[in-house]
Amino acid sequence: MTTPDDRKYSDEHEWALVDGNVVTVGVTQFATDSLGDVVYVDLPESGTEITQFDKFGEIESVKAVSDLFTPVGGTILEVNTGVTDMPEKVNEDPYTVGWLLKVEVSDAEAQLGKLMDAAAYDSLTAE
Amino acid sequence: MSPDDPALKKTPLHITHVAAGARMVEFGGWDMPVQYSDGILAEVRAVRENAGMFDVSHMARLQFVGPEAVSFLDRMLAADVAGLRQGRARYHVICNAQGGIIDDAIVYRITDDQCLLVANAGNADAVRDFLIPAAQQNGGVFFSDLSEDVAMIAVQGPNAVEIVDRLCPLPASSVRPFRVRRAEVAGIPSRIARTGYTGEDGFEIMPPADRVADLWKALAAEGVAPSGLGARDVLRLEAGLMLHGNDMTVDNNPYEAGLERFTHIETPGYIAGDALAAIRDAGTDRVIVGFRMVGRGIPRHGLSVIKDENEVGIVTSGTHSPTLDANIGMGYVDRGLSDEGTRLEIDVRGRLVEAEVVPLPFYSRLRN
Repeated sequence: MTTPDDRKYSDEHEWALVDGNVVTVGVTQFATDSLGDVVYVDLPESGTEITQFDKFGEIESVKAVSDLFTPVGGTILEVNTGVTDMPEKVNEDPYTVGWLLKVEVSDAEAQLGKLMDAAAYDSLTAE
Repeated sequence: MSPDDPALKKTPLHITHVAAGARMVEFGGWDMPVQYSDGILAEVRAVRENAGMFDVSHMARLQFVGPEAVSFLDRMLAADVAGLRQGRARYHVICNAQGGIIDDAIVYRITDDQCLLVANAGNADAVRDFLIPAAQQNGGVFFSDLSEDVAMIAVQGPNAVEIVDRLCPLPASSVRPFRVRRAEVAGIPSRIARTGYTGEDGFEIMPPADRVADLWKALAAEGVAPSGLGARDVLRLEAGLMLHGNDMTVDNNPYEAGLERFTHIETPGYIAGDALAAIRDAGTDRVIVGFRMVGRGIPRHGLSVIKDENEVGIVTSGTHSPTLDANIGMGYVDRGLSDEGTRLEIDVRGRLVEAEVVPLPFYSRLRN
């Protein structure tokens, strides 16, 4: 799968897609390939304040637990309950149905400036 | 440790796994496939619904031959080898003189004076250290380590017997559970045993190491799904089977580990007989239980078990069970908290999640 170039990426293998002041957050294909089958996703509740690059949840495959680090900070507007109910959606397509959070961000431009574009992320994961 | 670490041992199927795109991990000093390209959940499903196969060549195959072989093993293993008829196999624990569990293993009585012991890869050296020096002092026991010359594939699943029958003129299905005998499989002279570690019917097939890749290919051509250690761990846990190193160590005795049934201590001269009788008679304060998560969360090895804000035990194994669509685990708890239905909590990295004690196994196949 090609890395979508409509969004930005963190070195913790999360993506951020901006729409006005709302940023959708998820994990990358590289992350799901490394994890294998996702069987559990633990996400905070809507309304929770999160800080850019801090841990906000956990994602578990059959074998391992990994922390989720948010690529943007702000207030969580919406949590993808489809993913908490059916974690396999993250494997199905981490860039669409497998999104995790929608976050209201006051300074999206400044925060996204600290992230990579698709090409830079691809070269990171190709190492 | 990188997969290409030269310090890691490789089975004769290593190149087959790598060529098939398996993800390799270190396990007990071996570079082993944790999963193939379809993933752990698909492999678990294949074994529960059709048939899967595992390279278990990393396990140790130790042969003891001679007029004293059976009496020797009976003094060293809690297995009642003398009471085991020719062509039969028995699961048992191997305990040190203090009653601590060195390993759990299967002993096969091949003939009157020949036995094969299959031990876990991670404990192979401990088992060798326990048995070989003692065997070498006994002029009536001749030890040979077959681990390199003989390989082993486990074929498991509801269709495993039918599939192996297609490759084995004996037929394989004539070998009943916990029996072993020689047979050709796909034209390859092998030993086949009706044993396994998944809770399904099936065989463990032992061909010569230099023919094992042909056997693997022949089984794959019959639709048997190559499966890795990840699926194997889920399957054995669903079936309530212990994993030494996780669910019990040399610091545990077989009574608290729920393995009393596989601990024969009555043989005169049995090395751990006195120690185990004393442990059994004194009773153990803790015991291993199975539990199912009531709240959201997956129990993992090493997490604490809590009751009324007190730590009352530790999780030894846990996973998401795709077969049961539940999160399940095993662990030691105070004996007073081991009754079915007891509510406990698991400390999932700071979050207390409710769990309920349930009987083992979590999963049993339908038997004819």
